Amino acid sequence: MKRIISILLENEFGALSRVVGLFSQRGYNIDTLTVAPTDDETLSRLTLTTQGDDQMAEQIVKQLHKLIDTLKVVDLTQGPHIERELLLVKIKATDSDVRTELKSCVEIFRGHIIDVTPSTYTVQLAGDSDKLDAFIEAVTHMGIMEVVRSGVSGISRGDKFIRV
Amino acid sequence: MELLSGGDILIRALRDVGVKHVWGYPGGAALHIYDAIYRQEDVVHLLVRHEQAAVHAADGFSRATGEVGTALVTSGPGATNAITGIATAYMDSIPLVVISGQVPSSKIGQDAFQETDMVGVSRPIVKHSFLVTKPEDIAATIAKAYYIAGTGRPGPVVVDIPKDVTEPNYKVPYEFPSEVKMRSYQPSDKGHRGQIKRAVKTLLEAKRPVIYAGGGVVIDNAAEHLIAVARKLNYPVTNTLMGLGCYPGTDRQFVGMLGMHGTFEANTAMHHADVIFAIGARFDDRVTNELEKFCPLATIIHVDIDPTTVSKNIVADIPIVGTCTSVLKEMLSLIEQSGNTPDGEAIGQWWQQIDEWRAKHGLYTASRYEPSGGDLIKPQDVIKALYKVTKGGAIVTSDVGQHQMFAAQYYLFDKPRQWINSGGLGTMGFGLPAAMGAKLAFPDTDVACVTGEGSIQMCIQELSACSQHNLPVKIINLNNAALGMVRQWQDMQYNSRYSQSVYEDSLPDFVALAEAYGHVGMKVTKFDELEEKMRECFAMKDRVVFMDICIDRSEHVYPMHMPGGSMRDLWLSKTERT
Repeated sequence: MKRIISILLENEFGALSRVVGLFSQRGYNIDTLTVAPTDDETLSRLTLTTQGDDQMAEQIVKQLHKLIDTLKVVDLTQGPHIERELLLVKIKATDSDVRTELKSCVEIFRGHIIDVTPSTYTVQLAGDSDKLDAFIEAVTHMGIMEVVRSGVSGISRGDKFIRV
Repeated sequence: MELLSGGDILIRALRDVGVKHVWGYPGGAALHIYDAIYRQEDVVHLLVRHEQAAVHAADGFSRATGEVGTALVTSGPGATNAITGIATAYMDSIPLVVISGQVPSSKIGQDAFQETDMVGVSRPIVKHSFLVTKPEDIAATIAKAYYIAGTGRPGPVVVDIPKDVTEPNYKVPYEFPSEVKMRSYQPSDKGHRGQIKRAVKTLLEAKRPVIYAGGGVVIDNAAEHLIAVARKLNYPVTNTLMGLGCYPGTDRQFVGMLGMHGTFEANTAMHHADVIFAIGARFDDRVTNELEKFCPLATIIHVDIDPTTVSKNIVADIPIVGTCTSVLKEMLSLIEQSGNTPDGEAIGQWWQQIDEWRAKHGLYTASRYEPSGGDLIKPQDVIKALYKVTKGGAIVTSDVGQHQMFAAQYYLFDKPRQWINSGGLGTMGFGLPAAMGAKLAFPDTDVACVTGEGSIQMCIQELSACSQHNLPVKIINLNNAALGMVRQWQDMQYNSRYSQSVYEDSLPDFVALAEAYGHVGMKVTKFDELEEKMRECFAMKDRVVFMDICIDRSEHVYPMHMPGGSMRDLWLSKTERT
């Protein structure tokens, strides 16, 4: 099953490469990966998604925790959580029918058209991965030129939080 | 505050962290550091002949003493030569700090002369690594490096220092941190009390228990506590290859090593056990054989300092994360408090069964291997002679192959840190430099490197370092003129097609070679002169002696796990199996 793992990491030289290296070294796959400094600049927050059963997820969490630079590791899929991913997609839109259909599609999915040229529309859409997949499927026949996805960012619901 | 250059700060910090010896090899990017070494006397540098040996020697020193070992190498090839040594230490959880010179900061990334991304290259085989970017950071980084290497599950730490950071003309205040605190690294210590209680209850109710103790017990200096618990319970104890010595090899409760070349009684007892108490061991594939068939009846108690080791290969029924010492002490006091004792009748029957197994196929039963005589010297008898001559008190290092297994089986180690070998990585070439490290630590103890004519040639150049630093180790070369373990597998699985495992006539004259390095060489070809020559060898306390012993070329190591089988599925000889 899909796992969303959140990591709080020292924002140090080589820290990210240790996380990424761990996955290839131990034979796990990374499906998506996002990383950026937090409000505390000495820390990075990293979200990655991977596939695995409970035993594998437990082992991944333990292995990540063993890295000297990691402060917290949480498998968000263990509890209620929110996941969001950003999608930017450039679509061929020369035909006025396509432009109309695309606009309504973007509205239905609550996205935004953020760039327009005589021949293209660029759409921005945020949501969970399934929603982004559904949008891409809905517009594929119109002629997709480019797809950019940010990878998943996640946070737990309710009172739980990950902080040092 | 005193102003010092980066090079001087490094050496001063090594002194202040307690380092007395550094094994290494100089080169361009490390020259400021080497100059700093020259200008002081607190930290002694020992020059080796190849950087791999520097790391192995530091490793051998660490294994013999329990202290963090230190190696120093230059950038590029110096750093990459150190890699095998670092990986060896990593696999066996040995605390080391390896300091590497790096090209100047301004040249990093430019494919400069002797540039290698050492932090990148070593990443999968270190506990942690640092790239020091300014001299002000050196002392704190060294303090952290030794702290990380030596605490929790120990391991090697690399400190990569660009040449400009050790520049002699740039001086900064020197201050060594009084303590190390890291918010992201706080190794656990005591195990969960509730889990330990459950473990004690399960152990006391066991009918067919086995204590399976590994290298963690050695590393944590927990042998006395293991012995106390084992004796209290009167349960059989088996050791992994890495654990040998943590329970006395001559003790009645010791059933020998387990695993691929473990004893019949240890492997069979494991298979039939109802409770397995694993401590400081990691259910390595050379122990378990086929995981699906592993000990089907057993409840598994698993104690380890490293949470990732617990339930990695075999799911533990009672996982306990903590140091071997703290958990064993707690267990002993809980056993005593409970007032309960093991089921005497069941344990009595269990011992009766084990003793039957031991009598039937034990290593020391008469029919284990054909007797030596005349020109035929069996490798097992060489180890027995070594044991006899050194009265079981030597520090024995080994390389990797058949000789390693014979040494593990037939030298009965009574003390931890007496047996030093590359168990995890299986590094040929480890034995001689590791022996140098051990001899440096214990100059008055016999140090024997049990090796083969294959392994010894992988670091034989260190015979020169032995002369320079007066390290009179004894080399026991089990010479069968072939890569014995490779040939054994080729016999068993490749229809005796000896692909690249024989040397034809290319082997050197080891006696002449030893003499060329200024040492004593001895050749033994007759069984009746073996023990006498070995006595002569160990009588020469201040000489390196190279004993080239021509052993039976066709011998195999038995018992041996059958591939794909359970723990009890063993070849007992070339023709017998369980």
